Amino acid sequence: MEDQNNDDGRIVTITYYGGATREALIVDHEVPYPDGKLIVSRTDPKGFITHVNQAFVDMSGYSREELIGANHNILRHPDMPAVAFAGLWETLETGTKWHGYVKNLRKDGAFYWVKATVIPNIRDGEVVGYTSVRRKPSRSKIRESEELYETLK
Amino acid sequence: MTLNLTVSPDFAPDHIAGWYFFNTWLQRQLGNAVHLELYDSFEEQRQDLRAEKVDLIYANPYDASMLVRELGFEAIARPLAQPDETIIACREDAEFESVEDLQPGTRVATTSDPDVHTMGMIMLEPADLDSSNISIAQRSNYVLVAKSLLKREADIGFFLKAGYQDLSALIQNQMKVLVTSQISVVHHTLLVGPGMREQIPLLQERLLAMHEDDKGRSVLESLGIEQWESMDRERTEFMIDLIDTLIP
Repeated sequence: MEDQNNDDGRIVTITYYGGATREALIVDHEVPYPDGKLIVSRTDPKGFITHVNQAFVDMSGYSREELIGANHNILRHPDMPAVAFAGLWETLETGTKWHGYVKNLRKDGAFYWVKATVIPNIRDGEVVGYTSVRRKPSRSKIRESEELYETLK
Repeated sequence: MTLNLTVSPDFAPDHIAGWYFFNTWLQRQLGNAVHLELYDSFEEQRQDLRAEKVDLIYANPYDASMLVRELGFEAIARPLAQPDETIIACREDAEFESVEDLQPGTRVATTSDPDVHTMGMIMLEPADLDSSNISIAQRSNYVLVAKSLLKREADIGFFLKAGYQDLSALIQNQMKVLVTSQISVVHHTLLVGPGMREQIPLLQERLLAMHEDDKGRSVLESLGIEQWESMDRERTEFMIDLIDTLIP
């Protein structure tokens, strides 16, 4: 990651698994998770988004058109250590669900915390994609996760 | 052969007559005798479902998951624009204004409605509350949940939004809503069992056109449903996947 500071945040180059990179604006501002809402998305088996609900659009800051077809890692915040997702694929490959607390990146550079659950979509024995549902986490879980992820960087 | 129809026990008491009208309408459409069996208890109904005593069911989304994935049922229709949402409410004079004001030891009144209870528990998570640090009392319907609040036997109650809205103004005025879910894609569905598969095309055609004639419309009105819309397999699977993410 290379940082360039400016007055309204910093530009960070995010490197994904596999070597792809993108530049993203990072702003130190948390957008609170709305009460009672679930953020729902589905991807194909390779992680490309095929469905988002309105709560996803609202919280991510992207339009629906920008999200459909994008890789789900468009939400990846540079403060999230790769190892935090390490168990995700292993868990999903066993056909079971994965839970985790995740700091997500918005298009405007701000962030929001979620409690995420991901499950494989199995049709006739085949994994045809993944459904991810995010809900509001407690402040204590966010604090615990921040402390943990800081040690994993 | 008589077909057996049943309804998720969380139906509004005001709609009992409506389900008998629907039963009669169904008999005429299918040219077959249909018996309506209503249950007070979700568990008793599930036992009969597993014993293959049910051909047609208007099921809550939680049971729809079991019916489709374990018992081979197929969802064919759902009410138009009637998602199942959950409300957490408390007494109007309670000191808390949001879920995050709630503390360990909170007394919860709930029902055995699996969707509403699951969603209610999820909406308590932001306050770090779970079954280990609250007390839960089960009531048999939403009126009794409301009464538990008003009699100060419980601090908060879980309600199906439609159930909360059916409470009298007198009761509602003594309560306030702390949070309402906004999920939109979870809803009751009409499902048919494996033994009725051949009748699906006819039944679906009649259901989807039900609001177009006076008799059908009047039955729908008595059920509080505007019209049916079709459910296909993928739409059903999507809802079930979503429910699966919510089950602890």
